[in-house]
Amino acid sequence: MILLIDLSWKPNSLSRDEFVGPVARIVSRTGEVWNELHFSAADTAGIRDARGIILCGTALRDNCFAEQPGDFAWLKDAGVPVLGICAGMQALCIAYGGTLREECEIGMTTVRVCEPDPLLGEPHSFDAYELHSFACDPPPGWTVTAISDRCVQAIRHPDRPVFGVMFHPEVRNDCVVERFCDLCRK
Amino acid sequence: MKLGVLCSGGKDSWFACHLAMQKETVSCLISVRSRNEASYMFHTPDIHLVPLQAEAAGLPLVSVETEGIEEVELSDLSRAIALAAEQYGIEGVVTGALMSVYQASRVQRICRDLGLWCFNPLWYVDPELYMKELISSGFTAIITGVFAAPFPENWLGREIDARALSDLQQYARSHRITLTGEGGEYETLVLDCPLFKKRIAILESEKEYANHRGFFRVKKAVLEEK
Repeated sequence: MILLIDLSWKPNSLSRDEFVGPVARIVSRTGEVWNELHFSAADTAGIRDARGIILCGTALRDNCFAEQPGDFAWLKDAGVPVLGICAGMQALCIAYGGTLREECEIGMTTVRVCEPDPLLGEPHSFDAYELHSFACDPPPGWTVTAISDRCVQAIRHPDRPVFGVMFHPEVRNDCVVERFCDLCRK
Repeated sequence: MKLGVLCSGGKDSWFACHLAMQKETVSCLISVRSRNEASYMFHTPDIHLVPLQAEAAGLPLVSVETEGIEEVELSDLSRAIALAAEQYGIEGVVTGALMSVYQASRVQRICRDLGLWCFNPLWYVDPELYMKELISSGFTAIITGVFAAPFPENWLGREIDARALSDLQQYARSHRITLTGEGGEYETLVLDCPLFKKRIAILESEKEYANHRGFFRVKKAVLEEK
């Protein structure tokens, strides 16, 4: 089971269908079962049955998740692959000691893969959908795997299968989520 | 949260409104009437019926006109949203965007500039499930414009029911149209839905059609009891 974490400002918000739903549909297409949990209810016990975790994005003005950094302490003990999408990458960044800074991108942007990566492949460029108010300065030791002209677009934990992408792969880049699901199966 | 729903009169904006009402407060509708039938941003056939729809739903309407010049029309949309914020105190905007990055990112930018939230509850929805849910939820929507092969003339004014959906699925397979019309293959008008206290009855209409392109223009319509 892949666990989808909803980072929106409240459970079952109007943003849920926009940011969790599209990711859930990609996961389903890979044949994986998924479940979802609001971040306020997520803890080590709540993620026990998951073989992978995806932290989904939020609306552009929704940064509530970042105001409660303690809510993500469990991430470091997850013990399964984790993919943070946009706000999810920001949550990973907070949990592992990185920082956020204001940097807004909306719409299609060219993303350049600069390090070979299990989710992004070999170095190349592709167009991706962006919707964020903040960018990440990655946690110490993490590998920056992709960038845009404005900010870091993808990061990877130095030892664990923990990934962050600032763009929204559920829009036109389904393969990133599909590869993550493949990785969870291995 | 008080919200304004961008309303073109078609199925997607009304279904987005339907979803928004289940979770937040919809304070008004926002409509931009474009004089350009080829507008990239705004649906045009029968948009003059949005005020009648608003009356049917008992929702106030903020409406502005635009020449429909690419990109310039965005300042008219911004003006409409700002007006809605001023008049009804909305904190966010809801759109019926399904997959159009062009439309969604432009509305997102306007909302960011105005300090408003932006919600797209139909974003990347499963097309088949959405169309089925639309029909099963009690939406009566008709086709008011066709802009692609193989739509014949008799699709103009046709209700999107289970049989029409089956035909659309066939067209999606044979001609690669999008099932939802997101690619601009067809446009719709909602005559009735669960939000409406009365339904719209069309008394007079005319069709214009040539080479898989046509309009169903409603000339006279009234509200009637449901």
